[in-house]
Amino acid sequence: MSPIITAIVVISALTGGLTILLLIAEFFFANYGEVTVDVNAGEKTLKVKGGANLLSTLASQKLFLPSGCGGRGSCGTCKCRVVDGGGPLLPTETPYLNDEERKTSVRLACQVKVKNDIKIQVPEELLSIKEFETVIEKITDFTHDIKGIRFKLPEGETIKFKAGQFANLFSKPYDEVREETSRAYSISSAPKDNKAIELIIRYVPNGMVTTYVFKHLREGDKVKLIGPFGEFFLRDTDREIVCIAGGSGLAPIRSIILDMIDRGISNRKATFFFGAVTKKDLYYVEEFKEIEKNHPWFKFVPALSRDDSDHPYAKGLITDVVSSNYSDLKNMEAYLCGSPGMIDACEKVLTSKGMPKTQIFYDKFS
Amino acid sequence: MDIQSIHPLVIFFAAITTNNILLTNFLGMCSFLAVSKDLKSSLGLGVAVIFVSTFTAPLNWLVYHKLLVPYGLEYLQYIAFIIVIAAFVQIIEMIIERVSTLLYLTLGIFLPLITVNCAIFGCVLFLVIRQYTFMQSIAYGLGAGTGWALAIAALAGIRTRMEKKSKVIAELEGPGIALIITGIMAMAFIGFSGIVKIN
Repeated sequence: MSPIITAIVVISALTGGLTILLLIAEFFFANYGEVTVDVNAGEKTLKVKGGANLLSTLASQKLFLPSGCGGRGSCGTCKCRVVDGGGPLLPTETPYLNDEERKTSVRLACQVKVKNDIKIQVPEELLSIKEFETVIEKITDFTHDIKGIRFKLPEGETIKFKAGQFANLFSKPYDEVREETSRAYSISSAPKDNKAIELIIRYVPNGMVTTYVFKHLREGDKVKLIGPFGEFFLRDTDREIVCIAGGSGLAPIRSIILDMIDRGISNRKATFFFGAVTKKDLYYVEEFKEIEKNHPWFKFVPALSRDDSDHPYAKGLITDVVSSNYSDLKNMEAYLCGSPGMIDACEKVLTSKGMPKTQIFYDKFS
Repeated sequence: MDIQSIHPLVIFFAAITTNNILLTNFLGMCSFLAVSKDLKSSLGLGVAVIFVSTFTAPLNWLVYHKLLVPYGLEYLQYIAFIIVIAAFVQIIEMIIERVSTLLYLTLGIFLPLITVNCAIFGCVLFLVIRQYTFMQSIAYGLGAGTGWALAIAALAGIRTRMEKKSKVIAELEGPGIALIITGIMAMAFIGFSGIVKIN
C-alpha cells in the first residue's frame, strides 16, 4: 500500500475509533433524557433534551438570553435566576456575580448544565423576544440616505415591545457577502400597532446590512427579524420629558410619543428636539406638527445646524438649541438617541443645567 | 548509560525536579500565568494536569509504538497525540460530571482548559524523543504532571502573599512579576541538579 493511503487509513481508524468511543461515552454518561425547564413559575414549560448548557438549551427553544461571548463564560451577560435544579455555583461563574446576585441564586446560563428538571426566572421582556419571518410591506424614502421600512409579521403573530426598544434585522447573503449578518435598529412604530413593525434605517457607506437594505431589498421580500431588545424606553414617572435625536435616532422617540398618545398620557409635557444639518435631512415633520396641534403637552423643535436658507426652524447645533430653551432641568427626564458624539455633547449640556445623570436615558449608535 | 535501564522511580523524581516541565522547559505557561493568582484554583488545575498527563502519556505511548511505528507513520505523531488527548479529556469530563458533582467542581471544570495545554503535549513528545519504555512513560507522565502542579502551587502561594504584602510597580503587575518570579523559581530548581540526572 502506498504510504499516503496507509496514513489516511490509520488516522481515520484512530479518529473513527475515538469518535465511536466518545459517542458510546456520551450515550452512557451524558444522556440525561428528556427534562422540563419551567420558566417564570409555570408561565412557560419547555420539554428539552438534557445534557447541554442552559443558554443553548433555551436558544434551541427560541428563548434568547443576551450573550456577548456566545457561551464561553467570558462576558457575564447571560445571567438569569435559577430557582431550582441548577446545581452548585461553579468557580467559572463567581467572578461575574456580586453578593446580591449570589444570594438570589443568579447564575450564568452558559455555565449551568441542564441535567434534571430545572426552574428558572428570566425578565418578563425576554419571553417576548421572538424570531419573526416578516414580509416587507412598504419602503419609504425619507431623505437621500434614510429609509423607513414597514415589516409585516406572519399571519396571526404579534410583537409585544416597549416603545424605544430595538430589533435585529438580518441580511441575506448578497454580492461578496457570503454570510447572514444582523444589525440592530430602533422600532419607530407604536407598540399598539403590533402586527407589523417599522424601522428607520440610515445608509452607512459599505455597511453590510444597510447596503443590503438600500441596494437589494424590495417590497414583498422576506426578511428575518429578532426582537425586541433594549433598556431604552419611557420610564414610569411624572417628570417633564426632553427628547433629543439626530438622523435615524428619531425612530425610538417617534415610538415613545405615539405610545404616550395611545396610552393617554397627557399629564407629562414632552419636547422633541430633532437635529439635522439642512432642510433636506428633515422628515416626519408634518406628522409631528400634526401631533403638536392635537396634543397640547407635546412640542416639536426641529433644528438645522448648517442651513442658511430661509426656513421656519431653529438654527444652530442641537446642543445650543436645547440649552437656550431651558434654564433648570433638575426635575426633568431626557431621552437621547443618535451618534455617540451627539449624545455625549447633549449629556454635558443637560447635566450643566442641573439634570442628574440618573434621569438621562440614551440609545447610542455604535 | 542506556536510557531504558533507568528505574521508573528515578524518572519520576527527575521529572518533578531537575527536568521540571514548567521550570526547565517553560511549557504550559499560559494557564500557569493565568490561573496562578489563586491557590485553590491552582491546586485544582494542578491535579487536573497530573491526572491527564499520567493517563495520556502511556496512552500515547501505545498509539505511537503499537500503531504509528509499525506502519512507519511517525511523522503523524502530532495529529495522533492531539486527537487522543482531546478525546480522553472529553470522556473523562463526561464521566466525572456524571459520577460525582464534588469531583466535577474541584477537577472537572478545569479539564477543558488543559485539553490543548502544551505541558501535556510536551510531556508526550518528550517520552517519544527520549525513547522511554511503557513503565517509564507512566512514571514520566505522573512526574511531569506533579512537577507542573508543584510549580503552579508554589507560584500561586508566592503571588497570594505578594498581593497582601508587596508593592509591585504598576508596569510589572500581573503577568510581568509572575514571569520574574518564575525565572527565580527556575534558577532555584537548578539546585536540584546532581540529585538525579536523566536525558
